Amino acid sequence: MDKSREGKVKGRRQTGECMKEKEKVPVSANKTDESIVERFVVSSSPHLLKDINIPKIMHTVVIALAPAMVVSIYFFGISALILILTCIISSIATEAFFQRLRKRPITVYDGSAIITGILLALTLPPSFPVLGAVLGSVFAIAIGKQFFGGLGYNIFNPALLGRAFLQATYPVLITTWSKSLAGSGIDVVAAATPLALMKFDGEMTPYLDMFFGNISGSLGETSVLAIIVGGLYLRYKGYINWRLPLGYLGAIFFFGAIFWLFNPSKYPAPLFHLLAGGAMLGAWFMVTDMVTSPVTPLGQWIFVIGAGILVVIIRLFGGLPEGVMYSILLMNSIVPLLDKWTRPRIFGEVR
Amino acid sequence: MNLKTFKHGIHPLYCKELTARKEIERAPIPKTVTVPLQQHLGTPCQPLVKKGDVVEEGQKIGDVVTFVTAPVHSPISGKVKDIERYPYPVGGKVLSVVIESNEEVKEWPENNTGLDMDLITPQSIRDAVREAGIVGMGGAAFPTHVKLSPPKDKKIDTVIMNGCECEPFLTSDHSLMLEFPEKVLWGMKVIMKAVNAQKGDRGIEENKLDAINIIQEVVRDISPEIEVVPLETKYPQGAEKMLIKATLNRDVPMGKLPLDVGVVVNNVGTAAAIYDALKFKKPLIERIVTVSGNGLTEPKNLILRIGTSFKEAIENCGGMIEGGERVVINGGPMMGVAQTDLDVPVIKATSGITVLTGDEIKPKIYHPCIKCAGCVEACPVNLMPYRLGDLARLSRVDEFKRWGGLSCVECGCCSFVCPARRPLVQWIRVGKVKLREEDKPGSA
Ligand code: SF4
Ligand code: SF4
Repeated sequence: MDKSREGKVKGRRQTGECMKEKEKVPVSANKTDESIVERFVVSSSPHLLKDINIPKIMHTVVIALAPAMVVSIYFFGISALILILTCIISSIATEAFFQRLRKRPITVYDGSAIITGILLALTLPPSFPVLGAVLGSVFAIAIGKQFFGGLGYNIFNPALLGRAFLQATYPVLITTWSKSLAGSGIDVVAAATPLALMKFDGEMTPYLDMFFGNISGSLGETSVLAIIVGGLYLRYKGYINWRLPLGYLGAIFFFGAIFWLFNPSKYPAPLFHLLAGGAMLGAWFMVTDMVTSPVTPLGQWIFVIGAGILVVIIRLFGGLPEGVMYSILLMNSIVPLLDKWTRPRIFGEVR
Repeated sequence: MNLKTFKHGIHPLYCKELTARKEIERAPIPKTVTVPLQQHLGTPCQPLVKKGDVVEEGQKIGDVVTFVTAPVHSPISGKVKDIERYPYPVGGKVLSVVIESNEEVKEWPENNTGLDMDLITPQSIRDAVREAGIVGMGGAAFPTHVKLSPPKDKKIDTVIMNGCECEPFLTSDHSLMLEFPEKVLWGMKVIMKAVNAQKGDRGIEENKLDAINIIQEVVRDISPEIEVVPLETKYPQGAEKMLIKATLNRDVPMGKLPLDVGVVVNNVGTAAAIYDALKFKKPLIERIVTVSGNGLTEPKNLILRIGTSFKEAIENCGGMIEGGERVVINGGPMMGVAQTDLDVPVIKATSGITVLTGDEIKPKIYHPCIKCAGCVEACPVNLMPYRLGDLARLSRVDEFKRWGGLSCVECGCCSFVCPARRPLVQWIRVGKVKLREEDKPGSA
């Protein structure tokens, strides 16, 4: 256990905060199968639980996404705001509709649909049509999540599935990016993304612009800084594991570096891979999605390294400039197997 | 300080400040006591008295001729009122002797001057420990003389005293170490002699710095061969196998006992009881119980007679606070058993009574698993609790077994951290029962 958490525990203990009021859980019942357990169990320890619940985690993720949203609105203006709101509202509405349809408790306030909406919006180009955003959100929630049984049962990251659907339906519009022109008084103008420039024109974009987000691209993929700030906040809160984002970025870096060392004039530098496209957003907010990533340490390593390698392969050799989305979706599909194969060694077990 | 510990585990809020600085108080002698004839793992005792008999404090009232058992003694002087099956704080009913006090109190000598170690032999220790009815006082209640009789072919090199007390709220071992450190150490020396071990380790968590200091001082005075090992504060450090991993970095293989790796672990309370038994021939008739929780008016560390009802123990602490639902637990909140009837007695293994109320009571609703990996990271035995829970619920016992369900130590870490509030341990416990039923030959 890391020292920072240890320190926190100690601090709280000294202030005697244990009697502090717990937050109420704003989620209605899912199910209780008392009937099964009551026959055998005379007790149900532990009687004390950690102060944590699903809405708390999800709302923290929403907060962590705030910098990326703010920056996208700053760079792309009102169209970014409209896209984000559209995706959030249609995601929530779709979730509520399907939960009512399936006669399940309505849990749209747990925040998971909001996250899907935001993440989908952040992967769209700023000039993307609003109707398309609605369609993508409906698909993400309906097929990506509810079709599998709702939160916790989905295999694929719903936002990415929604985005993949839009890629198939609007192949042109989804790759029509505009350069951000904050403060210039002109509206956004069409421009190619750094990845497309690299791939199709062999042109490089300055790293510093990519870091701060002064480039063309999808809403949330331009500012590396805003995403890292949000990601570090999540890590500070303890809701993501270092393994996932760092393993993913590390794999992209090293695999990218191999090609670059082999032929620096043909292939981009590893740092470019990290700063470009959705790599950061994917690393901090998509491979870290709890539901669709493995639970075992070894499984998590395989998952992120596999996805990282796929990103580089798709970027360099695929027909598309960007590979983050497919890399994660592909690896999502083998997570159930990874969890099965990578069971940790049980304490005291001799294998 | 470089603190030792084991892998995984959790950091609950310990809430020990409620009683940690409070001196141990002796509770008044109860009017009646209910003494279960089985307070240990093993064969239940036969009653040695009849209804109407007059008994004296410390008199043996139940025993049986087998190895794995521990006799029980009358905690007070008085008259036997009833011998019947009464509710038991670990669940179910157990044949118990009810004794009504005649208000006579026997004076037991109290001093910590130590023992003449040359006068005692391993066999005399085992006999005295058995006669005093001593069992593991940390919760498992395994008869101690059995633990002190390792098979000839197993060489014991280290005795570990467990002073972790990793359950939230409980401070009975902590206050024992603060107020009677000599007793604990002499008890430990006796144990080392009984199993012929050269080395002694004591594991104490670092949140009990005062106890570590005091014990270290006493160790210097009376038995320098003992090493005090400060450990990181973490739950479930007090679980035997975790403690051995933390202090000695030895893995106890699955299905094996600590003595298979040359270790005997005993709780500090047990050690103090052993000292009393050898020095004064005092049987185990009372113990320190932490009565705590946010549902109590005045949490305390009490010396209670075995057989005192929970109700009386709680009244000794000013009673419960007004209003609302409550959970009364035999033990601490992580592994303790919730009670429905406050007439249940304090037994030898009751290290605490915890009363929770209001928002500390956990919600009964649970949600789908979001695969957050929290339970996998918390499990000290490296299991995959989320899967075990589901396999148990679906009665897929073969898979449950293959995924290591039987290795679960029921520490509750997984349920504790689960953001979906899934009662994982509860399901796993049920799974174990289902598995055992299926394994029984002849059952359909
Ligand atoms: S599965 Fe068993 S051993 Fe593991 S954390 Fe849960 S209760 Fe403890
Ligand atoms: S802690 Fe709960 S939600 Fe998380 S993986 Fe385990 S069972 Fe699932």
